[in-house]
Amino acid sequence: MMSVPRYWRELPERSRFEGFRCTKCGTVSYPPRAKCLKCGSDSLIVYKLPERGRVVTFTIVRSPPKGFEKMVPYVLGVVELEDGTNVTVQITDVEPEEVRIGMPVEAVFRKVCEDGDAGIIEYALKFRPSI
Amino acid sequence: MRKVAILSVGMTKVDKHWRSSLRELFSEAAKRAMNGSNVPKIDALIVGNMCASDLSDQNNIGALLADHLGIVPSTAYRIEAACASGAAAVLAAYGAVSSGMHDFVITGGVEKLTDGVGGNTTLSLGKAADAEYELFYGSSFVSLNALLMNHYMNFYHVPRETFADLAVLMHKNGARNPYAQLPFEITRETVLNSDMISDPISLYDCAPVGDGAAALILCPLDEAKKYSDTFVEISGIAGATDTINLSSRSDLLTLRSIVVAAEKAYRMAGITPADIDVAEIHDTFTITGALSIEDLGLCEKGKFGKMLASGAFSEGGKVVINPSGGLKSRGHPVGATGAYQIAEVAMQLSDKAGKWQVKDAEIGVAQNIGGSGSSTFVTVLRRSR
Amino acid sequence: MKPLLDVVIAGWGSYIPKYRVSVEEIARIWGKSPRHYKEELLIDEKAVTSQDEDVATISVEAAKNALKRANISPKELGAVFVGSESKPYAVKPTGTIVADAIGATPKVLAADLEFACKAGTESLQCCIGLVGSGMINYGMAIGADTAQGAPGDALEFSAGCGGTSIIVGRGDKEKEPVALLEGSLSYVTDTPDFWRRPKREYPSHAEAFTGEPAYFNHIVSAGKALMEELSLKPSDFSYAVLHQPNGKFPIRAAKQMGFTKDQIEAGLLVPFIGNLYAGSSVTGLSAVLDVAKPGERIFLASFGSGAGSDAFSFMVKDGIDNKRDRANKVRDYIKRKKNIDYATYTKFRRKILL
Repeated sequence: MMSVPRYWRELPERSRFEGFRCTKCGTVSYPPRAKCLKCGSDSLIVYKLPERGRVVTFTIVRSPPKGFEKMVPYVLGVVELEDGTNVTVQITDVEPEEVRIGMPVEAVFRKVCEDGDAGIIEYALKFRPSI
Repeated sequence: MRKVAILSVGMTKVDKHWRSSLRELFSEAAKRAMNGSNVPKIDALIVGNMCASDLSDQNNIGALLADHLGIVPSTAYRIEAACASGAAAVLAAYGAVSSGMHDFVITGGVEKLTDGVGGNTTLSLGKAADAEYELFYGSSFVSLNALLMNHYMNFYHVPRETFADLAVLMHKNGARNPYAQLPFEITRETVLNSDMISDPISLYDCAPVGDGAAALILCPLDEAKKYSDTFVEISGIAGATDTINLSSRSDLLTLRSIVVAAEKAYRMAGITPADIDVAEIHDTFTITGALSIEDLGLCEKGKFGKMLASGAFSEGGKVVINPSGGLKSRGHPVGATGAYQIAEVAMQLSDKAGKWQVKDAEIGVAQNIGGSGSSTFVTVLRRSR
Repeated sequence: MKPLLDVVIAGWGSYIPKYRVSVEEIARIWGKSPRHYKEELLIDEKAVTSQDEDVATISVEAAKNALKRANISPKELGAVFVGSESKPYAVKPTGTIVADAIGATPKVLAADLEFACKAGTESLQCCIGLVGSGMINYGMAIGADTAQGAPGDALEFSAGCGGTSIIVGRGDKEKEPVALLEGSLSYVTDTPDFWRRPKREYPSHAEAFTGEPAYFNHIVSAGKALMEELSLKPSDFSYAVLHQPNGKFPIRAAKQMGFTKDQIEAGLLVPFIGNLYAGSSVTGLSAVLDVAKPGERIFLASFGSGAGSDAFSFMVKDGIDNKRDRANKVRDYIKRKKNIDYATYTKFRRKILL
């Protein structure tokens, strides 16, 4: 659960998967960076990540951090997208026991958490088994 | 650049110290260190801490501790590098002494995790990760390491039992250490039957939550014998980073920050992994311990389990790992842990480790990780002659 | 009503959540017989959202599917309307959440509409007006709901979750028109058959009164009036899609209007997913578009409590053939299902005090 400015500021990144790509060496930067991690170039342009990939690794969260108590058990994973970029995301619409390394998954816009019943609702892209 | 010595060390037992505050705990450790040598003055206090701001509502720790210890107007400040704050503080102190800026520096770390209530501690510990892109999704320190464990298990075909055996060794060692939070032996079943926290990490794969403080007094090596009979040389010390976000790492099977920090520190000390007699490594979770052993160059990738089973990491083997009991049994008061590790190695190299003394240790290494491998600090100590 | 410029459907898309609660399961908890619901109301199970879904998330997926079919950039949308009676915020438009998530912002009109179960078709009427007047090139109308029935109430058996997005565009500019809007008509009166006061969790209803004076009066009147205006007869249509609070009502209303059971078959989804409220008739339309062929005519009539009906006539065009397979179909979502028990359902839908 984050403050309103922090949530709003990175909506394009978390809800539309907008990262950066280095025009010099092609390395994708997600989360975004100021300089390319690989070649150090300043020349980074906005790049829309693909929304399909495979599960690289995952875990089933049973003892959650504050704000996520009612969502357990939920699955957190690293997904390798079609362009080779890895992203850390929640994996949803699946029984935790059925998640497999290598499973094909696709991005969906979902609720991540809400600040009680008076605060804002926070959304982002999660991944589900490909239909 | 001057060479630097550790004159003396002091530490508290790691425990849930309900009756000791942040300042009291550090002073307890600091006084023990100060009693172990007779330095004329303290020029600076450089201390590591991670969570005081969140859990004890306290910033400005340097000034707070300098005040409580009665050493104002010495220089004082806090160093923060998540769970590597302790070793990072020692690195800063090393730089201060080595450069000639200060002569006598008290360094170390302190942590009061039990000042946190209802989930605040877990939340605070989680802040080592990328807040906008990891914590946002409901990850925590445990779950991020669980991603590494699942990946390792799947790639190298290593079952939970192998990791459990590491926890068993840690408790076997810690059972002899009066400073340990959990000084009792366990079995493989203890680990395998414990509750899952974030699959595949179970309760007994995790270091416990506790409070503690460790302090070290540093001075120029050339002057050390004036102030103590049992000083130890810091022959190598270095830090390195890797991406804070797990998913940006180039290889999820290796914690590159350990590899790079170790290379730098070994080079500075003029050693190779084969020269290391004793190592205090960072086993927050059994997976972290496994990766630490491998990435320090103490065994091949994927092979920690095999080596563990062969006795290579116990007395009489290749290198004694965590004679103190490590983070698992000795405990992990996060911002202080790095200081505990270095202090433990110093004790080993000056024959002060009582019932858990490793025989004839000449060269020792302490390795402290921040976050899920986003930074590592490696310190090499050499017995002084 | 006919717009000045020709308006066509340019794209369509739906989303139905994965989880299902069967009528037997709900009946089991409340000690009722499932027979009435299954055999008379023709409902087998309903689709329910999991904990991380709401009208915004349903709308975004439906919208993305519609955009895939329409084959336009989201920046070409001039309006995004979301019609719902279970929107996530009482005050803060779902329209902006959706418009931003799909990349349609900032030069776009976005708003939320409410008219019980007809808010989806109402959004459609508004988009038709904006496109038909030349004010915008493309408009997106969404009808979506995650409506709840009070525990143990009759409506709990049928209140389902899901939604659909319809993109309309200009007939003179759209290269692959899916269907031409021939005309529409709205028929409303102040009829309080079903309502929810602000601080109440669940709606209330006037039981049998929701039948003839509400549902049947408005939907049949709207249908008959539309056909009269357009000089069309029921046999001119290949499909009739009606609002589906259960299976019984649309079958009877269809008969009253002169449609056959065959004509309503393709768009009758309530037995599998329940009543999607503002998503109901538009999702029926979506299911029909998934299978309709050029030259076929589609009748659509919604019903919203309070009360009113929007009726439409669409003529399917050639563009539909290329667009059909570009996104998940309604039956893909209906097929993708997992039945859950009542306890899990209450956890997902927050019916226990969490």
